[in-house]
Amino acid sequence: MIRVPTLAECLASGKTPEILFWVGCAGSFDERAKKITKAFVKLLDNAGVDFAVLGAEESCTGDPAKRSGNEFLFQMQAMTNIEVLNAYEVNKIVTTCPHCFNTLKNEYPELGGNYEVIHHTQLLRDLLEEGRITIVEGSFKGKRITYHDPCYLGRANNVYEAPRELIRKLDAELVEMKSCKSRGLCCGAGGAQMFKEPEKGNKDINIERTEQALETKPDIIAAGCPFCNTMLSDGVKNKEKEDSLPVMDLAEMIATAKDL
Amino acid sequence: MELVPNFIFITIVSVAIGFFIRSINQIRHNILLGKPIDRSDNAKARWKNMTRIALGQSKMVSRPIAGILHVVVYIGFILINIELLEIIVDGILGTHRIFAPFLGDFYNFLIASFEVLALLVLISVLVFWSRRNIIRIQRFWKDEMKGWPKLDADLILYFEVVLMSLFLTMNGADLAIQTFYPDASHYIKAGSFPVSQFLLPLFENYSLSSLITIERSSWWMHITGILIFLNYLYYSKHLHILLAFPNTFFANLRAKGAFVNNPNVTNEVKLMLDPNADPYASPDTDEDVEKFGASEVTDLNWVQLLNAYTCTECGRCTSECPANQTGKLLSPRKIMMDTRDRLTEVGNNIKSNKGEFKPDGKQLLGDYISHEEIWACTSCNACVEACPVDIDPLSIIMRMREYLVMEESAAPMDLNNMMSNIENNGAPWPFNQQDRANWTKEI
Ligand code: SF4
Ligand code: SF4
Repeated sequence: MIRVPTLAECLASGKTPEILFWVGCAGSFDERAKKITKAFVKLLDNAGVDFAVLGAEESCTGDPAKRSGNEFLFQMQAMTNIEVLNAYEVNKIVTTCPHCFNTLKNEYPELGGNYEVIHHTQLLRDLLEEGRITIVEGSFKGKRITYHDPCYLGRANNVYEAPRELIRKLDAELVEMKSCKSRGLCCGAGGAQMFKEPEKGNKDINIERTEQALETKPDIIAAGCPFCNTMLSDGVKNKEKEDSLPVMDLAEMIATAKDL
Repeated sequence: MELVPNFIFITIVSVAIGFFIRSINQIRHNILLGKPIDRSDNAKARWKNMTRIALGQSKMVSRPIAGILHVVVYIGFILINIELLEIIVDGILGTHRIFAPFLGDFYNFLIASFEVLALLVLISVLVFWSRRNIIRIQRFWKDEMKGWPKLDADLILYFEVVLMSLFLTMNGADLAIQTFYPDASHYIKAGSFPVSQFLLPLFENYSLSSLITIERSSWWMHITGILIFLNYLYYSKHLHILLAFPNTFFANLRAKGAFVNNPNVTNEVKLMLDPNADPYASPDTDEDVEKFGASEVTDLNWVQLLNAYTCTECGRCTSECPANQTGKLLSPRKIMMDTRDRLTEVGNNIKSNKGEFKPDGKQLLGDYISHEEIWACTSCNACVEACPVDIDPLSIIMRMREYLVMEESAAPMDLNNMMSNIENNGAPWPFNQQDRANWTKEI
């Protein structure tokens, strides 16, 4: 049993944690994404990272509202969140969601929220490099793993290497899809598509992307975003491969490798 | 009598340049119909961007075949234009190859390299044409390419074939005169002709006067062709040869994920959140209330409008677009083409109505770009990444969503539900904010 402190509790006991874990809406509520959240928290705990969450004081960053065109709702969310974050004097934020990551990092500063924001794959890479997390016996050794670049981590913020380094650290074989890195194909969830039916077309985007992943004959599809995870899991299900081909977040892979 | 050709030449060149300046002014005028946006920051990074992307063609080569061929045509275009300088001086003064005596051997080297480049350009253009018309690469055959855009693309290639052939014929005939009639007055021995020398056998039995006629008419048609091409730019996607430079200079330098925060909204939100704020302190209360988002070209900023004129319709954006790849109506190239076409229409309307826009019952959103296109975008930035000249179709799409939601409340139903969830529960799903940390009890 790991106790996850909230910032309110920290404040009450006079502690200022090193880093805030921004869980995000998917990470808080979505059954699949909650598993990622828990895996990541286990890793933080294992590495002895001094962290806290906002708990019930966290609210949507406003990303889906902004991408839907509701600038007003976005800025309401942003400014309310910034008020909370600034009241706790937060300096550093880590998040498992590239959408939260992008919004907090790029769209909050203009509205008065200035924080150092990193994605969990970046933090995990640093922890591995500093030796705070060690992987002894690679249970992923030699496995073929293909990595799907989330648009809001990759193209939007040029983070391509941290997640790939994690796969290498697992001693696994990284196999790239035909469109990857800056040319990676979207999973279909971004721009608030996650929350609506797609427009008329001849295929769903997540199916197209899943097919690209399948072409690499992977043992595992790795993702770094709860929404991509859902889209690709649905794609794999559509291809009736869910029993043999797991879609995993990088945090889950590392936690599994460490038997946490 | 002697000076008649000089006068004709000067007249043609002046008229062509005059028309060209008029077109440039019209484009400038149209672009400045856009809203202000400050892109005067960070000049150093901007120069670097322009040098790398426009001058250095760095984004072109991400697709190696088209990229390298394009570099050939581009270098050919720039270098062969040095020859244009001599043509113009010769034309004005009535001289022939006036630079030759000054440059000596270097002149021969220059002419030789122009010839080689001309040949390479011819070959590249041939490949380009086949890619469009024989291999029929998909992105050149999308719906928005039907009609004029398709013809425009082919015409440009034909233009280049004709210009390069005239250039080589002119040189070939000149070489024939120099070789077969070494005493011909006016035609000095100058230049080195590694490509057009192969035309020599064709000219073997020609009289001096026919050779002169061939040489002269090629010369005249070559220069007039170039001037016509210059003026054709205005009506064509080929404007990118000029606008790629300012476009990459003024492009967005921030992270692609950083979307613009609307400052008018910021003022309103601040007022709402701060009960002590003085509502009259807000700067724009008595001016007419700013419209949210964009439904017309004049709601876009001038960089977005510059983007529209710069678009060369290559379709790289569309071919990378996940929505387009899966058969949705959205094509980022079409967004740019529609914006340009509507902007031209609005600009012409203003011009013919003495500086004022006469409502024509149309607007960009709805009459050119449909709602369906706007809602199909995943905001993935693939189009922005793919564009070889740094055009940003996504920013236009986002501005239109802002208009649809904030001015028309016309979002798809699912999105309205999602937004009211955020408003009420702080999450896009109907969960209670108080339950956000429930997962902590499950570890
Ligand atoms: S950002 Fe939108 S228009 Fe551009 S490629 Fe992605 S889905 Fe297509
Ligand atoms: S926007 Fe850029 S990539 Fe798209 S067609 Fe125009 S020039 Fe090509």
